[in-house]
Amino acid sequence: MPGRVITITSGKGGVGKTTTTANLAVCLALLGQRVVAVDADIGLRNLDVVLGLENRVVYDLVDVVEGRCRLRQALIRDKRLSEMYLLPAAQTRDKTAVSPAQMVDICNQLRPDFDYVLIDSPAGIEQGFQNAVAGADEVIIVTTPEVSAVRDADRIIGLVEAGEKGPARLIINRIKPDMVRRGDMLDVSDVLEILRIDLLGIIPEDEHIIVSTNKGTPVAHEVGAPAAQAFRNIARRIRGEEVPFMTLGGSDNLFGRLRRLIAPRSDAR
Amino acid sequence: MWDKFTGKKRVTSREVAKQRLQLVLIHDRSDISPVMLEALKADLIAVISEHLEIDQEGIEITLSESRGKSRLLATIPILGRRTRR
Repeated sequence: MPGRVITITSGKGGVGKTTTTANLAVCLALLGQRVVAVDADIGLRNLDVVLGLENRVVYDLVDVVEGRCRLRQALIRDKRLSEMYLLPAAQTRDKTAVSPAQMVDICNQLRPDFDYVLIDSPAGIEQGFQNAVAGADEVIIVTTPEVSAVRDADRIIGLVEAGEKGPARLIINRIKPDMVRRGDMLDVSDVLEILRIDLLGIIPEDEHIIVSTNKGTPVAHEVGAPAAQAFRNIARRIRGEEVPFMTLGGSDNLFGRLRRLIAPRSDAR
Repeated sequence: MWDKFTGKKRVTSREVAKQRLQLVLIHDRSDISPVMLEALKADLIAVISEHLEIDQEGIEITLSESRGKSRLLATIPILGRRTRR
């Protein structure tokens, strides 16, 4: 069965696209899937450092497109997961070095060899974004519960709908349960009501992410990290499993504390 | 917490954010610019003034959204009926 091409995008920068792409790639690979993560952010590549593979980059996406190497030669195998690969972006070129048609071609070449092709989109709505979604079967939009990020997500949803990519799904990143509880942060239901889009997952703010990014080891490898659990849940939903959403916030009452005592790892709604 | 007992309602920053977002998205989604709204207002005044005497200063034209559709809301205060046509 040919693989699914999924683009992770957001509109606004800095909401966690690259972190999400890296961790979903790891989680899908941990589920035994063959995965390739493609960095489509040409000129501002980062997926390589987040995955800790920056020292292994020889060829990149633009080298493939311009015929300096074969696709296989540009793929970097992950250090820990033998079924996971990275196709890095070029760092010294810009978005115009690749066309949407060339991205479609790359996706088509990757599909037969992988179960999942995850594309890390650049921020913005210009050509870099157009390139990233050109070959996608499905689009995942990442946002944070902030006014600017949600507004940009709305714009992207409109563009994805116009591109007839099928319904995009949403990941809400960096939720701070304490702030939601205090009424100082949009909660999941607010964001969903505003954007009218299917929810794929919610990720709590988690300091483990910064530590793991420092080390170049995606947080998904960290068993106890809340964000890791969130990414694992999302990966299973991508696989088609029904996984209940994490409960964030509201757990400072007696019932929440009791429930955590009884089932510390449970994340039932 | 105390507000719950006293019945006072604190407007949280979450509610403010939500309202601001809803408003800005109505405009983002509709593709109707403030310039277009102004032109529309001038045309409406011209047409309605032929039949009714209206308070031109009190006219409010806003975009809103309900049941997934953008709506144009015009509030036009009427001063009286035009006596001559």
